[in-house]
Amino acid sequence: MLIRRELITRVVRLLIENRLEEGINRIPLEMRPRKNGSVRCCVHKDRAVIKYKLMALLGYNISDEVDELTPLSDYARMANQRTELTDTVLTVVDEACSSCRKTSYQVTNMCRGCVARPCMVNCPKDAIKFVDGQASIDHTTCVNCGQCLKVCPFHAIVYMPVPCEEACPVGAISKGDDGVESIDITKCINCGKCMTACPFGAVMEKSHLVEIFRNKREGKKLVAMVAPAIAGQFNADMGKILHSFKELGFDYVYEVAEGADITTKLEAAELQERLESGAPFMTTSCCPAYTQLVDKHIEQLKPYVSHTHTPMYYSAQVARHNHPNDVLVFVSPCPAKRWESFHDPNVDYTLSFEEYGAWMVAAGIDVSALRSTDIDKFPSAEGRGFGASGGVTQAVKALAPSTLKITDIQINGIDKAAIRQLKSFPKSCPGNFVEVMTCEGGCIGGCNVISNPKVALRQLKQAVEAAPSIVSIEV
Amino acid sequence: MDEKKIEVLVCSGTLCYLMGGSELQLLSECLPPDLRGKVDVKGSPCLDFCNHPKNGRPPFATINGRCIAQASVSLLIAEIRKEIKG
Ligand code: FES
Repeated sequence: MLIRRELITRVVRLLIENRLEEGINRIPLEMRPRKNGSVRCCVHKDRAVIKYKLMALLGYNISDEVDELTPLSDYARMANQRTELTDTVLTVVDEACSSCRKTSYQVTNMCRGCVARPCMVNCPKDAIKFVDGQASIDHTTCVNCGQCLKVCPFHAIVYMPVPCEEACPVGAISKGDDGVESIDITKCINCGKCMTACPFGAVMEKSHLVEIFRNKREGKKLVAMVAPAIAGQFNADMGKILHSFKELGFDYVYEVAEGADITTKLEAAELQERLESGAPFMTTSCCPAYTQLVDKHIEQLKPYVSHTHTPMYYSAQVARHNHPNDVLVFVSPCPAKRWESFHDPNVDYTLSFEEYGAWMVAAGIDVSALRSTDIDKFPSAEGRGFGASGGVTQAVKALAPSTLKITDIQINGIDKAAIRQLKSFPKSCPGNFVEVMTCEGGCIGGCNVISNPKVALRQLKQAVEAAPSIVSIEV
Repeated sequence: MDEKKIEVLVCSGTLCYLMGGSELQLLSECLPPDLRGKVDVKGSPCLDFCNHPKNGRPPFATINGRCIAQASVSLLIAEIRKEIKG
């Protein structure tokens, strides 16, 4: 993560100086000078990994490479002329991957070769033999059931996961014959959990930085639309955060919490209508990783998902109306939102929280030391609260009529167990309003966040407290 | 007599935050019981260590004015103990 952030900062610095093409080939050399030792096998491998990570930051899939000799400067030039984006958001840096063994159980040298041999006795596939007095697993017959680990009295058997595969809730990332992971985009919900989990930083999010800077250079006006979770990202109040976008060169800034107010109003009305017409429950729809999960993996839940659009959608509608010819940039906590922005009719580009932070560092802006800008139009407290899990529920409850009996359920983070739970809801749902957040803690737990979610939640609460209640403002 | 408290300043400048420094805001509540009451933790805008490579890598903090690079909660706790021992 830290290497990725350093890389983003270096790329933004070159973009600010308008020297991307001249400077980018030097980044791998500057970060891994010949005499400073290497992290991987040698300095050349380190540099190759950095090169491919930079390729992702230029907005390319690593698999787009045709000729290994193509230098980064060529990619930078082509990126500068690029007019089309794609909705493939995540890319695997194959050079950085392939270090993990297939998920397996391994016998460690803690094995005492005991007489009872519970591992061998309990193995349903007879995959354990004893060689030289120690248990040994035959991986051609082992089915990774984990029985041996459970029964070993010496805890001599360990589970060796592949972190990205373990983290992916939908089985979208897997190894090819060459040992390298690849993402099946027909299954992927763009949650980015693989990116967070990989200790080699081998999964990268493709960036729109080149496009954003090109538009700025061409004199276009930039409009930032900041997701509610941004309130927790730096040790700075919302006024300072909004001001920082002006310092970075954005012309207008919108809090997407305003769009969240529209979502709340429509979602509360939709919930009322559905429940009154006999529907057993409704789920939220503001997390795009969740809606992709339903589309791709839980078809039976589709009829229960709210049709109300996300806060970003409504904010972009308002911003596009106010700025028909300007460039709309959504400032985002996760790759799923980048995917959503691509499909949104009004949003042009996405800037992740990490990229925003790196941009400030590259521009020498200390957000905590900035003056706090006056906010002329506050969103509601509930709208700002969308940044953390429980926020949508609170907002909808605030606007729903008191006669409507809401029994809420929160799915706070999607994993395989949560998916099983969601799959059971069409048959029997213990509540009538289900809030689903793919990341634990909500968007403040997204994989692009900068701040520790616990710290972020505290600050988000302060931003919430500074805003008026949704019942007191006109939405 | 009142013992002088150990003063810890954690940087909440943009670079330190970007490099994982937000976690340091949790230092006060992560202090082990024997250190509570002996340490005064404050946040600070950029401490200006980040502009001089010789200081090491962010995130930064200071303990009684001594610069700690690549600070984490556990490193700061260890350094506070060292400071107490002298
Ligand atoms: S941002 Fe921490 S020392 Fe500058």
